[in-house]
Amino acid sequence: MARDVTSRRKLINTAAAWAVGLVIFFPILWTFLTSFKSEAQAIAAPPLFLNFDWTLENYGVVMERSNYARFLWNSILIAGGSTILGLLVAVPAAWSMAFVPSRRTKDILLWMLSTKMLPAVGVLYPIYLLFIQLGLLDSRAGLIIVMMLINLPIIVWMLYTYFREIPVDILEAARMDGASLKSEILYVLTPMAIPGIASTMLLNFILAWNEAFWTLNLTSVDAAPLTAFIASYSSPEGLFFAKLSAASTMAIAPILILGWFSQKQLVRGLTFGAVK
Amino acid sequence: MATKASRSAARLMMAPAVILLLGWMLVPLTMTIWFSFRSYLPLRGGDLGAAGFDNYVRFISSSAFWPSIQTTLILVGSVLVITVVFGTLLALLLDQPMWGQGVVRILVIAPFFVMPTVSALVWKNMFMDPTNGLFAHLWRFFGAEPVSWLSDASLPSIVMIVSWQWLPFATLILLTAVQSLDGEQLEAAEMDGATKLKRFFFIILPHLSRAITIVILIQTIFLLSIFAEIFVTTGGAFGTRTLTYLIFQRVLESQNIGLGSAGGVYAIILANIVAIFLMRIVGKNLDN
Repeated sequence: MARDVTSRRKLINTAAAWAVGLVIFFPILWTFLTSFKSEAQAIAAPPLFLNFDWTLENYGVVMERSNYARFLWNSILIAGGSTILGLLVAVPAAWSMAFVPSRRTKDILLWMLSTKMLPAVGVLYPIYLLFIQLGLLDSRAGLIIVMMLINLPIIVWMLYTYFREIPVDILEAARMDGASLKSEILYVLTPMAIPGIASTMLLNFILAWNEAFWTLNLTSVDAAPLTAFIASYSSPEGLFFAKLSAASTMAIAPILILGWFSQKQLVRGLTFGAVK
Repeated sequence: MATKASRSAARLMMAPAVILLLGWMLVPLTMTIWFSFRSYLPLRGGDLGAAGFDNYVRFISSSAFWPSIQTTLILVGSVLVITVVFGTLLALLLDQPMWGQGVVRILVIAPFFVMPTVSALVWKNMFMDPTNGLFAHLWRFFGAEPVSWLSDASLPSIVMIVSWQWLPFATLILLTAVQSLDGEQLEAAEMDGATKLKRFFFIILPHLSRAITIVILIQTIFLLSIFAEIFVTTGGAFGTRTLTYLIFQRVLESQNIGLGSAGGVYAIILANIVAIFLMRIVGKNLDN
């Protein structure tokens, strides 16, 4: 009897959760489906769900017309470059704060967090001006630096919360055995820190990939990543639903897949370790 | 016990990150504050001399200022209410036993990974377009006149787009908090005859309060600087010009750097008020 009730409840839960989940996911699904329609089918009334002639034509057109590969390459370089550069700077900092904490460690961590709170629009012109002066406007190097700096606090924080979970006893044992600082880092710490570093990388890659204030304002042609590529569909190309869908699918697919792997780390990274 | 040598090594390892962030914060901030006290118009010859507090006064007394504050508050407030309320309900639902929980979770989280320009354009064209959008089809199906969403109901439309993007974030964090709830306490309450509603308000909600606070603070900081969603949908027209967008227009569109910088200083102050509360919570968490 009891089992009967719980399994009925489970069925209701399942139905409700799937319904809500599908409604939330629907815009993405709809974009994906529309990308395989012809333009005429994309605006057909009533809308076609699965009963249309699937075609890959839109993907070909989008790639040909807008040089999709270059935007994609820029996105990869900017997101990847800023993540790697950020890690190079952040790993030593987080390591020292986690293992050699001083009275000021907490203040430094909170201060780093506070730099993340600075609204971008408040410093838009200074950065714009500095970029012109340094010849960095519309350059990948410039965007890599900016992305690295805006995500640096998150990288340091995430790494710090991961590093703090590594037992100090192990480091002390290594030190007793005469391990130098270098070998301590290389052979003891690094293997234990790799999962944390990997999730940090993943989250930062995603954040940099989707960033759409600096990428829209500091690029025009050469360094424009996918965010800007899609923004160029604002009008009038946006009215070609099938092509807009194909372009959108190509812009979000890689990150959607990466994102699914990083769900768990997302919470820690975005709440600065306040919720685990 | 950390030795003197390891302490100075630690300082050295921290130095690059600290110096970079210090530069990133101080250099542009100093420039913004400097510009805000100058009459600076690049299209009319550049720096035209000191302006005192003129820019600050003019920014506040311009006819666009108060509407932009109102728009910002409505946008941020509505999105917060929607994401927290639905996020809590969704987190409670996802916590129940069910089949295919992992897949549902993935479906719910997905919008968070969609870049802002894509979600804004997909909603604008494929859903909210008054002739061919899916909503228009739906309205016609029920015999109603399709709505020109982004001109007639522009702010609610943007609230909807932004809520869709941020609901996964709220849900995910609240779900993490729900899962840490003590099941025995709930069972005991149930045995004592507490109704579902009572259990929610007296046990679950208090348990979630910290996570809700964090969701509100973090979202507020991100929502205050919403940009791409407005940029590609209405371009700030039809009453959707937020403070961030107003400053952007002053700086890059009308090239009035002095005025825009004064606006920027206001935005920085506003964000810092929120930030102080967030830092307190995060700071407390560091102690234990």
